[in-house]
Amino acid sequence: MNSTDDLFTTATDADALARLHRKLEQAAEDEGLLDVAYRTVDSPVGTLLLAATPLGLVRVAYDVEGHDRVLDTLASRLSPRVLRAPKRLDPVARELEEYFDGRRRSFDLPLDLSLSKGFRLLVQQHLPSIGYAQTRSYRQVAELVGNPKAVRAVGTACATNPLPVVLPCHRVLRADGTPGGYAGGPAAKTTLLNLEATA
Amino acid sequence: MSIKQPFEKVVEEHGGTVLRVCRVLLASHDADDAWSETFLSAMRAYPDLSDTANVEAWLVTIAHRKAIDVLRSRKRQPVPVEALTEAPTTLGVPGADDSLWEEVRALPDKQRQAVAFHYVAGLPYAEIAQIIGGTTDAARRAAADGIRNLRRNYPGGGPS
Repeated sequence: MNSTDDLFTTATDADALARLHRKLEQAAEDEGLLDVAYRTVDSPVGTLLLAATPLGLVRVAYDVEGHDRVLDTLASRLSPRVLRAPKRLDPVARELEEYFDGRRRSFDLPLDLSLSKGFRLLVQQHLPSIGYAQTRSYRQVAELVGNPKAVRAVGTACATNPLPVVLPCHRVLRADGTPGGYAGGPAAKTTLLNLEATA
Repeated sequence: MSIKQPFEKVVEEHGGTVLRVCRVLLASHDADDAWSETFLSAMRAYPDLSDTANVEAWLVTIAHRKAIDVLRSRKRQPVPVEALTEAPTTLGVPGADDSLWEEVRALPDKQRQAVAFHYVAGLPYAEIAQIIGGTTDAARRAAADGIRNLRRNYPGGGPS
C-alpha cells in the first residue's frame, strides 16, 4: 500500500492478549461455552495434549498424532468451541505428574468416553482392570470382554484408545510378549512398561 | 459435518487485530472490555457461523457493536474524572504510540471507524460500508478524510 501502513504498525501487545485470553477462558467456563478445554503437559513420553469436556477428560494425544490435527478432529466431532484453557485440566495434569513420578498407580478422574462406541468402547472400559505393572495379551483381553475370537478387534480398540496412559492400553501386548503397536510409538509403550516395572 | 477450525485458532489469528480495532474505537480500559465481550459473544455464536464467512469481518462487526454499547453505557453513567485518572496506563497501547491513538480516537465517528476497519483490520470498503452503514464510496471518503486529518494533527506520521 503506502506509508499509512507504517502509521498503524504497533508492537503486538502480547501481555495484554495473554491477560485477555485468561479472562476469556474464565468467562467461557462461567457462561457454559467451554465445550472443549485443552492444554499440553511435558512428560517422559513427550508433550501430551489433554482435552476435557464438562463431563470429563475426553482425549489424551501424543505428539506423533499431531496435536493440531487432534484439535481439528475434536472441533468437528464434539464442538468447534475449543479453547486453550488449562484450569479444567489441572487435576489431570497433577495425576499424570504423580504417575510419571511413580507415585500413582491408577487414575481417579471423571472421563468422557463419547469419542468411542460399541465394541471399542467396551474394550477401552475394561483396560483399567489390568492392574499397574501387569500385562495381558490381545487374546486375553478378547476373552476378558467375552469375545475370545475378536483378537484383531481388540487390537483396533487399543489403537483407537482416545485416552492413552489413563486407560492403560500400553499394558496389552502381543502373545509372544513383544510390545506391539502403540499410538505414541513403540518407544513410548516400552517407556511406560519400564516405568511401571521399576517404580 | 462442520469443517470449522477450533475457536482457539480464531482467537490466535484475529485477537491482535480486534484489540487494535477496539483501541481505536475506545479508550484502553474500555477497549479491553469490548475485546472480552466480542470474543465471548463470538464463541457463543461460532457453531452457527457459516463455514464460508469472512471471520475477521464478522469479528470486527461484533466489536463495532460492542464498542457502541460501551459508549452508550458511558453516556448514561458518566464516570468521575478522578476515577479515570486512576486507570493504569500500562493497559493501553505502549509508549510512543499513545498520542497517535488519541488522535485517532479524536476523529469524528465515521472517520474513526473507517480508519480502524480499513487500516487496522484491513477490511475492504464494501465490507466496511455494511458495518457502519452508507455506501462503499462514503466509507472510502471517510477513511481518506480521517487519514488527512491525522496527517495534519500528527506530525510523526511520516511523509505521504
